[in-house]
Amino acid sequence: MKHMSALLVILAVLWWILSGYTKVLLISLGVVSVIFTTFLAHRMNVVDDESHPLHLSFKLVRYWGYLLGQIVISNFQVIKVILSPNPDIDPSVVQTRISRHSELGKVVLGNSVTLTPGTVTLEVKGDLIEAHALNRAAAQGVLSGDMDARVPSEVEVKS
Amino acid sequence: MILAAAAIAILVTMLLAIVRALLGPSIFDRMLAVNMFGTKTVMLISLIAALAGRADYLDIALVYAMINFIAMIAVMKYFEYGTLGHDGETTEE
Amino acid sequence: MDLLQWLSAILLLSGCALGVIGGIGINRFPDFYTRMHAAGVTDTLCAGLFFGGLMIHFGLTLASAKLFLIFLFMLFTCPTSTHALAKAARHSGLVPWTKTSGVEQGASK
Repeated sequence: MKHMSALLVILAVLWWILSGYTKVLLISLGVVSVIFTTFLAHRMNVVDDESHPLHLSFKLVRYWGYLLGQIVISNFQVIKVILSPNPDIDPSVVQTRISRHSELGKVVLGNSVTLTPGTVTLEVKGDLIEAHALNRAAAQGVLSGDMDARVPSEVEVKS
Repeated sequence: MILAAAAIAILVTMLLAIVRALLGPSIFDRMLAVNMFGTKTVMLISLIAALAGRADYLDIALVYAMINFIAMIAVMKYFEYGTLGHDGETTEE
Repeated sequence: MDLLQWLSAILLLSGCALGVIGGIGINRFPDFYTRMHAAGVTDTLCAGLFFGGLMIHFGLTLASAKLFLIFLFMLFTCPTSTHALAKAARHSGLVPWTKTSGVEQGASK
């Protein structure tokens, strides 16, 4: 029920942002479509902890702040490599262990590694993550497991 | 003025992406360049919305971003599994 | 021009400059896997600065909210499509370039 009401609110806000209507008739049509979509999602059984990870919203915001900082730092490292006359390119494929075992945790870590330039997730095999790194510094960033440790531990919780 | 300068810079980026798409050499280089071209197109459409002063164009940009993503995933799925009907769950390792 | 317009112009132009740098990167780097990193620059910080600048340009309107949605969508989908590309390339047997192998795949220089 918690997830359904969250979906309802998110859909209503999204509908209003995308349309911007204020007339009563159009808004009532929007309400009908939002409720119908929520009903369809309920019938399809796709509303659960995985699609609406409400239990980790606050932890996730803190993680996003950290991720944003990492993205900016690694962006400048890659820009430096691109612009330098003899670039420090020393690519390598590194493997490291993921400490989160749920699918959601792996997705969060894999996406974060890809999102920071300089490292790209090639493959996730069981508990191992395989990443391609642009140079030694980027490879160290993945191998140190700093990002892995910061993924909120609440991703493990299954309801 | 500034918006026009930004538009020119984005067009230059798109040109560079096209150069890579034409040079290749592997098909993945081309797809990477096409993906980058798509994201630049989204940015260009948003910029045109600002230039024309019409916020409606942003809807087009949003839809273009979605189409770009879905096209990318569809092509990559075709490369990986040879068919679009594969469920993607079972891997042949 | 007041302060907000200046801020918007700086963000927009620096975002576009990062885009051009990323474009240079994908033409300069030696192979597909390294080029992905250059494309990553244009997908993250370039898009962030660019949409930030446009959001300031539009001010507190629905257009800004829409721009934020576009940016959020790009932030969520770009890693996915990059990962799909990388995985497909790896499974197709494309060998990553290393410093010692030395053979550049279609480098422009």
